[in-house]
Amino acid sequence: MQIIYFDNAATSWPKPKAMIKSMADFNANVGANPGRSGHRLSVEAARIIFNTREIIASLLGSGDPLSIVFTRNATESINTAVRGLLQSGDHVITSGMEHNSVMRPLRAMEKQGIELSVVECSAAGSLSPDDVAFAIKKNTRMIIMTHASNVTGAIMPISDIARIAYDKGIIFCVDAAQTAGSVPINVIKNNIDILFFTGHKSLYGPQGTGGFYIRKGVDTMMEPLERGGTGSRSEFEEHPDFMPDRFESGTPNTIGIAGLCAGATFVSAMGVDAIRKKEIALTELFLDGIQQFKGVKIYGNMDPAKRTAVVSFTIDGQSPSDISLKLDEKYTIMSRPGLHCAPSAHRTIGTFPEGTVRFSFGVFTTELEINIAIKAIETICRESTNK
Amino acid sequence: MSGTSSRYFIALFDSVSHVLQSEKLLKKAGVSHKIVPVPREISSECGVCIRFLPEHRDDVENALAGKVDKFEIRQL
Repeated sequence: MQIIYFDNAATSWPKPKAMIKSMADFNANVGANPGRSGHRLSVEAARIIFNTREIIASLLGSGDPLSIVFTRNATESINTAVRGLLQSGDHVITSGMEHNSVMRPLRAMEKQGIELSVVECSAAGSLSPDDVAFAIKKNTRMIIMTHASNVTGAIMPISDIARIAYDKGIIFCVDAAQTAGSVPINVIKNNIDILFFTGHKSLYGPQGTGGFYIRKGVDTMMEPLERGGTGSRSEFEEHPDFMPDRFESGTPNTIGIAGLCAGATFVSAMGVDAIRKKEIALTELFLDGIQQFKGVKIYGNMDPAKRTAVVSFTIDGQSPSDISLKLDEKYTIMSRPGLHCAPSAHRTIGTFPEGTVRFSFGVFTTELEINIAIKAIETICRESTNK
Repeated sequence: MSGTSSRYFIALFDSVSHVLQSEKLLKKAGVSHKIVPVPREISSECGVCIRFLPEHRDDVENALAGKVDKFEIRQL
């Protein structure tokens, strides 16, 4: 049976062939440490990384490739910003729909004297910009929030919140782990100070890649998470203060970044708008298909244009983990049950602690696969009512 | 090529990222150049620099000025 992979919000799969080839080519033909030596292979490795900065910068709407920093993943990027910008006495605002990648670093900083406000979202998982404005205090230093929930797919009103933050001189950070590459985004037009991305989801790169965009001027305010070798200013024992070396120490994941370069190039060639359109259509097909089944409950906004290609649902009388196991064993459909590393989001939508079953589609998802899944869910629902 | 290195100029940058940013700008402007290790006698800002012939000095400056954060041109 053909595998039907509906877990793209955890990591996208399959990957573009060009991405796999790019990594193999790097290992076979380049292999060197980027920018650490003057020879042609070292320069070529550094060139691959620079090209990747360029394509990511262009996908995010930044004109400056050196505004892009590479890290292991969005989590490392978020930790860099939270720990590098906040000090005891600072107030931070986040939303009630966050992933643990945002919530846990903030909770840890709370113990070190930062003050945290978690702005509640509606039961459908939507956030009101007015509520965010209302939470602002004199000492609010940062608003940090997801661009789209990994549980319900709800797309947050980031441009409205960016405007509020900008007017008050508050640093605005956006977690785009679920959206970079699949939902149009422009860091300049949307007044985003820092945008965290992951390479292995909608940018179709490999796991172990990610990074952040940071606005000029904000970079110098932020302390790096780590310091070390950069290949630059080697005669000094102090870490360089310029971008991107300020936030990049040690040998990078060049082979991963080579894959990310090909993944991002694939996304760019297809076009984020076209990808978005395709994913909206797939999500709509699925929502329309399962919403009439008795016992099925879908969470979040039913308008596919207001969510990413993520659908969380439950079926009365069956636990999410049982449904997910059935989908895997009987139908070879890969889904993700449970809390999706986002307990506060599940509390918001009322599914804590059982969680939901989550389907998440990608550019390689087909209508046929969705129709097979709809039939599978219909059968599983019937099993529930026959009990 | 006379073989004497004194015929060359070099442009020095903060990091290899800046060198590669400049390489793109020079390629776009059609200015011939070569990425080489920073000569030992020059204080090293990074592992590599951009070498070019004296007659291209103005072209290099024009291609990079205002587009690359910081660079320094020196005669070898």
